[in-house]
Amino acid sequence: MGMEIQSKGGLLPGHSGDILGVIPRFVRGSMRRESGMKHTFAVSIGGAAGQGVATPGNIFARIFARRGLYLNAYNAYQSIIRGGHTFLTIRIGPEPVTNMGDKIDLLIALNQDTMDRHLGLLVPGAAVIYNGDNIKPGTVPEGVRLCPLPVSELSRNSRNKVEQNTLAVAAAINMTGIGFQPLEEVLTQQFKKKGDAVVSENVEVARAAYQHATKHFHPFERPVPITDHPKAVLTGNMALAMGGAAAGVRFYCAYPMSPSTGVLHWMAAHARKAEIMVRQVEDEIGVINMAIGAAHAGCRAMCATSGGGFALMTEGLGMSAMIETPVVVIDVQRAGPSTGVPTKTEQGDLWQMLGAGHGDYPRVIATPVDVGDCFKLIPEMFNLVDKFQCPGIVLTDLLLSEGTTALDPEELNFHVEIDRGELITSADQNVANGYKRYLFTESGISPRAIPGVPGHMHTVATDEHQEDGVLISDEFTNPVKRREMMEKRQRKIAGIEAAVWPPALIGSPDADVTLIGWGSTKGVIEEAVEMLNEEGIIANQLQIRWIVPLHGERIVEILKNAKHTIIVENNYSGQFARYLRSETSFVPNGHIRKYDGEPFMPHHIVEAVKEQLAGQTNLSVPMHEIMV
Amino acid sequence: MATTTHGLKQITLPELKGKVDPDWCPGCGDFGVLAALQKAVVELQIHPRDIVTISGIGCSSNLPGYINTYGMHTLHGRALAVATGVKLANHALTVFVTGGDGDGFGIGGNHFLHTMRRNVDLVYLAMDNQIYGLTTGQVSPTSRIGMKTKSTPFGSVEGPINPISLALAAGATFVARGFSGEQKHLTELIKQAIQHKGFAFIDVFSPCVTYNHDNTYPWFKQRVKKLEDDPSYSPSNWIEAMEKSQFWGEEIPIGKFFQRTDLPSLHEAEPILAEGGPLAHRRLGIPPVVATEFIEELM
Repeated sequence: MGMEIQSKGGLLPGHSGDILGVIPRFVRGSMRRESGMKHTFAVSIGGAAGQGVATPGNIFARIFARRGLYLNAYNAYQSIIRGGHTFLTIRIGPEPVTNMGDKIDLLIALNQDTMDRHLGLLVPGAAVIYNGDNIKPGTVPEGVRLCPLPVSELSRNSRNKVEQNTLAVAAAINMTGIGFQPLEEVLTQQFKKKGDAVVSENVEVARAAYQHATKHFHPFERPVPITDHPKAVLTGNMALAMGGAAAGVRFYCAYPMSPSTGVLHWMAAHARKAEIMVRQVEDEIGVINMAIGAAHAGCRAMCATSGGGFALMTEGLGMSAMIETPVVVIDVQRAGPSTGVPTKTEQGDLWQMLGAGHGDYPRVIATPVDVGDCFKLIPEMFNLVDKFQCPGIVLTDLLLSEGTTALDPEELNFHVEIDRGELITSADQNVANGYKRYLFTESGISPRAIPGVPGHMHTVATDEHQEDGVLISDEFTNPVKRREMMEKRQRKIAGIEAAVWPPALIGSPDADVTLIGWGSTKGVIEEAVEMLNEEGIIANQLQIRWIVPLHGERIVEILKNAKHTIIVENNYSGQFARYLRSETSFVPNGHIRKYDGEPFMPHHIVEAVKEQLAGQTNLSVPMHEIMV
Repeated sequence: MATTTHGLKQITLPELKGKVDPDWCPGCGDFGVLAALQKAVVELQIHPRDIVTISGIGCSSNLPGYINTYGMHTLHGRALAVATGVKLANHALTVFVTGGDGDGFGIGGNHFLHTMRRNVDLVYLAMDNQIYGLTTGQVSPTSRIGMKTKSTPFGSVEGPINPISLALAAGATFVARGFSGEQKHLTELIKQAIQHKGFAFIDVFSPCVTYNHDNTYPWFKQRVKKLEDDPSYSPSNWIEAMEKSQFWGEEIPIGKFFQRTDLPSLHEAEPILAEGGPLAHRRLGIPPVVATEFIEELM
């Protein structure tokens, strides 16, 4: 019992293997392919929700990151607290890892379901660690190593079921060539809140499993490389929240909504140290209005939600534009419409952002391109909206917000430039000619006084108003003044455009194919480009970060010389393609779209590009092979 | 709500006049509410620049334009949410919220409930006329059963809410009812509400002379009876207040139903406001030592 079994393919005794028939299998060839640029190793852990998939995930992430490795972790899960199927993939490497990749090197199956779903996806050289006492492997692909753990024996018949997770982690750490001490340190840290007894129990079973692996399992041929520069491990939600703290956010409020709730959690936990007022509000209508109230009184205010909550906020967004009080709203997209699939990713809210709220008004919309950018973008956005006194939307998605990344800690620079624009927070005397909150200026920006400042009293109104704030909507209307005020607000758009960098082409200027993406797909497209280049298809990439302002003219200038253009996006109807066309009349040669709730994997894009270059189609919708 | 001593010249009524005159219908109850509010400010000598008057949308929500303080004329039903943000961002400010029964109890009902349970330190004047006026006369959440309006031409079949008992149940710490036609009494109530530390709610009968022909000035005048005139009534007894709130008919009580002063308001309960002054005036940026701590958690 517990010896490693090298499969020559076929059915192992003890399992009928019939379930495998219904699971779509990976395209074997694709699984094997990996960019030579990236020496990565992927561990996947599968189990039911409540079985403790997160804990081994955290332990792996800590150990790898402390050894200077970069990583990307993607958790495929469902909206259930106990049960279902949770599948966490952690991919590590010596260079930044931006996506889940195409292959699994090591599978940890915490239950039979995981074994049944994913064993068939493994390729030669991969291994699977599982509880040999009660999980049966079934049909094992050729060259895949089975590493059953005699869990009862190693845990001395402990009734603590979560211990099987610790055993599996220890065996995996052994097989990846990492010593026991780093594991002991992380286990101690992970369980110290539960007391010394729990720590020593876990360390003890970990040691037993580690020794078992030394005796019975072969280590991987390419042990995980090590650098001496530890990395910081964080999710996109944490990065968004920390970016807010860096930007000087003093007021954060939210209504819990997956997959944006992580921002609220970080904010609440760090509110006192960061001096941030954090409130959980009755609904998203209350959220946006409370945030605008705080912003109006002088705080930098931020809130985050997902598409459904954002829908409730849209009237408030218009108020921000009309009274010219800046606010930053984060929309973390999940698969819609309506409740949709709350635990799955999508880029389906673009047009909701573009059209949010009635009437015409200036807004800024930006979409971070990776987890590190979630941090960097928030202070940039605050400086813009403070300067231009309008709403700012940060549009991201579950893939980034709940995705975990290891970053160089230097990337988290809290000492950012803070520019509050023309904000009047104190004054000794009255303004000579009387203060006008909505003074007509060439830039469209009028100096903004906060309540409490002497000599600047005024009333702001969501009704149309004149320079001094008096309404031109009820008692009398005035087409000349209405036009002037409309034009004043809209003049800010030119300033916003000049304040934001236009997008730039990444890679060879003379490519066979140009891949256009926006936001979170940057990493996976980048890797697909590398893989295509290695196969002799020269590809380059245009990744959009600023949705509004778009810099359409610059984009057309870049794309007009491209030989073949393909827009890659995580939605059904090609929302960005339609937007780009509406702004520039540009029509690409083809589209790669995915709307099954799961993110792109590099091989999806590579294969789609090849079929499109071969003239087979101009719309590829890759099938997600992993059933989660 | 605390009064501020500004140490400046006396505040007078003319200074509190807004940039424009009210556009309410002649005889509208809202004139009386505006006048009582201005008188209360003068009597308590609160500097207008330290006041923010916030409203939603509706006839009565035009009030911030008619009083010379900082003002926000926000969205329909959202004034209390905006006001909560304002107060927490700068708790040195005195915050007034005004609006109608549709704005506060209809579209804004959810914010009304939650602002009360949070005990946000502000004065909320609901100018209650039992009708939607600005939209030219439809049934409101406080319209009586049987009331004929443009949207209920055969009479409303829905029962009204009782703002007083609702406020009591939701945990409001100051609950009162005023009448626009009782100026002195209303001014006194508003002064007490301003001085109350916590959420102070006054449901003010403010008759609509154009669209509500049921609840008119004479109708109220015949019925209202001041709680203050009953020496046996104690506004510190919640159960008694709840009982009194059920009175509706030939006799309708006005006055202070309930007040408790033993609970902290939201900004007093919030630890990050304990020191450092109003958030709006704090220096931005995370100190390097705190930033290092945040990053170390991730390592």
